[in-house]
Amino acid sequence: MKCAVVQFPGSNCDMDAVKALNLAIGESADIVWHTVASLEAYDLIVLPGGFAYGDYLRAGAIARFSAVMEAVAREADRGKWVLGICNGFQVLTEGGLLPGALRRNESLQFRSEIAALEVVNADTAFTRHYRAGETIRIPIAHGEGNYYADEQTLQRMRERGQIVFRYAREHNPNGSVDDIAGVINERGNVLGMMPHPERAVHARLGSADGARLFTAIFASWREEYAAR
Amino acid sequence: MNLLAKIYVTLKGSVLDPQGAAVTHALHALSYEAVQDVRIGKYMEVTLSAPDETRAHELVRGMCERLLTNPVIETYTYELAEVTL
Repeated sequence: MKCAVVQFPGSNCDMDAVKALNLAIGESADIVWHTVASLEAYDLIVLPGGFAYGDYLRAGAIARFSAVMEAVAREADRGKWVLGICNGFQVLTEGGLLPGALRRNESLQFRSEIAALEVVNADTAFTRHYRAGETIRIPIAHGEGNYYADEQTLQRMRERGQIVFRYAREHNPNGSVDDIAGVINERGNVLGMMPHPERAVHARLGSADGARLFTAIFASWREEYAAR
Repeated sequence: MNLLAKIYVTLKGSVLDPQGAAVTHALHALSYEAVQDVRIGKYMEVTLSAPDETRAHELVRGMCERLLTNPVIETYTYELAEVTL
């Protein structure tokens, strides 16, 4: 599986993503600079955490217009897998690849801690190695992870299984509507999440629960590749 | 002509504003009990040149909708006036 990790000026979880892919599935990912115009060669594109373009104006607002994002949109249209983590999720919502928006945390505080998440939809290419309803532990580290979508959009997302992760009941760290921590597009190939699965790939990091997200994408890719 | 657009960006009414809520509490703590609500937004000044005012309005609306605001959560108003540079 060919993996790309996009690097914007201000990304800071890019190397974590590369190492997590290597540790979890044995793949060596390419770091791809934000000026790259084609990502055709890749099966999985990761938009990592950080503060792309300093989060100026709004998190992800400027990054979404970088050249590489046109390539990301094109590959997403072709059905390639796209995973946006934290700042990557913000870039995907700003760019319209995922519904909703991420606002300042309700507490106005930056939250950095291990969060308990409920796997709401275990029937996606990214979550098939989890059980629906399972609680997993994945770190969060963000100041603007307060997910918002209007009620009509939320209803549509619920009906289509697009809410993939929720913060565990009574443990919503940022005020997100419906306790939402991660969402997927209708087609099921673009996932955005505020928690950092790449920081939870080994027990020594405090949790290995994030590894199964990467093994799931790998298994999905193998199936698709074998069917070609 | 040279113009100055004064752009005011605010969160939509349906979107909670935690900063505004915190400032409301702080004002109450300072005995400004008259304060009912505070909404915090952004103010931007964009200087631009355009052949006429119609075109300038088009440009300002375009930049607001594409970059300066996120229409999912924000709304905007602006004032446009000719300036001498």
